[in-house]
Amino acid sequence: MARTLIHVPPSVRRGEPFEVRTTIAHPMETGYRPDENGRVLPRDIVTRLQCTLDGALVFSADLYPAVAANPYVAFQVRAERSGELRITWEGDKGFSQTETVAVRVE
Amino acid sequence: MTVFDPQRRHALALGTGLAASLVVRPGTAATGDLAAAIATFTGGRTPEPGRVRLDISTLVENGNAVPVMLSVDDGIALPQLRSLALFNERNPQRDVARFRFGPASGRAWAATRIRLATSQKLVAVALLEDGSAFSHTVDVVVTLAACIE
Amino acid sequence: MRAWLALLLVCASAGAQQARSGLDFMGPATQAMQRDDSQNPAMLWLHEGQALWHRPEGRDQRSCMSCHGDASQSMRGVATRYPAFDTASQGPLNLSQRILQCRVQRQRAAPWAPESEPLLSLETYVAQQSRGLPIAPSDDPRLAPFTARGQAAYTRRIGQLDMSCAQCHDGAWDRKLAGNPITQGQATGYPIYRLEWQGMGSLQRRLRNCMTGVRAQAPPFGAAELVELELHLAQRARGLPLETPAVRP
Repeated sequence: MARTLIHVPPSVRRGEPFEVRTTIAHPMETGYRPDENGRVLPRDIVTRLQCTLDGALVFSADLYPAVAANPYVAFQVRAERSGELRITWEGDKGFSQTETVAVRVE
Repeated sequence: MTVFDPQRRHALALGTGLAASLVVRPGTAATGDLAAAIATFTGGRTPEPGRVRLDISTLVENGNAVPVMLSVDDGIALPQLRSLALFNERNPQRDVARFRFGPASGRAWAATRIRLATSQKLVAVALLEDGSAFSHTVDVVVTLAACIE
Repeated sequence: MRAWLALLLVCASAGAQQARSGLDFMGPATQAMQRDDSQNPAMLWLHEGQALWHRPEGRDQRSCMSCHGDASQSMRGVATRYPAFDTASQGPLNLSQRILQCRVQRQRAAPWAPESEPLLSLETYVAQQSRGLPIAPSDDPRLAPFTARGQAAYTRRIGQLDMSCAQCHDGAWDRKLAGNPITQGQATGYPIYRLEWQGMGSLQRRLRNCMTGVRAQAPPFGAAELVELELHLAQRARGLPLETPAVRP
């Protein structure tokens, strides 16, 4: 399980966009870097991030090796009622991780 | 005054042309790749400049983690936007990231941090559902760390 | 009145020579990465450190918390006073060495390697409890000979490039080296997330980078020379606010 950080405001206004900031610990090995012996290290990156709110798609990102290590992705969400934000990261070597965070509409 | 000798000029041009093809001129080959990558994304359409914005520092302290923000102007409603993509000119690979916005999205806006191998152009492209495409190109200077391990 | 104003102006301009953190020399985007906890990648290590603080370890399955309680209280101010004098070894210890000493001798747990992820995480968590507080290195007179050696090392030319720390960081700061601003070399935010490393690292790691940079043989992690340098750097940074965990290019 990779360490993750998800930042959501403690409460949000109905229908108004709010920012979600996500970070996941991951080396994002590009597939172009040689090791000390000159052999190219195989690619190992997060390839996709997807966010849903109570099942409805909010945002998705396809990531390539040009995304920095410990990938940070921020986006905006609009909620009509309190609910659950579900964020899934997928990547090479069958990597998959889902985290959930509550959204509180005041 | 030098006499203009068309035959000699032709021979010289051939010579330098050969040399030029052996040395990859920075930018020329990459630009072709960049245009091709963008065309693949837009389905062949050449994007028009404008309506999409790429926010990135033009002087980057370290190419390992460069903050970027992509956004689309208010005139484009969320359902009209199919995808927002970012391309580079000189990394080993042209693609950087692609973003899609669903019904619960707050705004056609995304931020991330990217890697830049060297000073180069970055291009953000917005592809709309009606097939039209828009772009914003920024030239970025990247400095590399002086003290490495 | 005019004389008093003139005196004030002179004092103000003298103040312009004072110590400045590396934060000052960074571009706005990198500064924002440090200042905003929701954007600072070092937070990944901070949260891990917090988990480690609470984790029972070692022979008696005790956590840091079982002796030290709430870190925000017990550890507040601690990092500003390091490196500190250690009576057991009769010499200076930096914060990570103190944490390791506690882990091995009191928790009776297996040691962590220098620069290992758990050690960096826990050091980050402990040091962050002093974030914002002025760096206040110990005035213990027993540290004086070690600090003096650190100062001597700081001004000594080393390596194939035959350069000393002082030449750049006292003599040429605010100029550029290969396009990068030369800072004063103030150790205000360690452990740091260095963009060049794409990860966290200690002050010793950064010092060794610099030494490699001037093509000198860098002493191994934990070497006395490195701790003595840390001592001198702490004195140099006296009064600057602690920034842990900082972001640096």
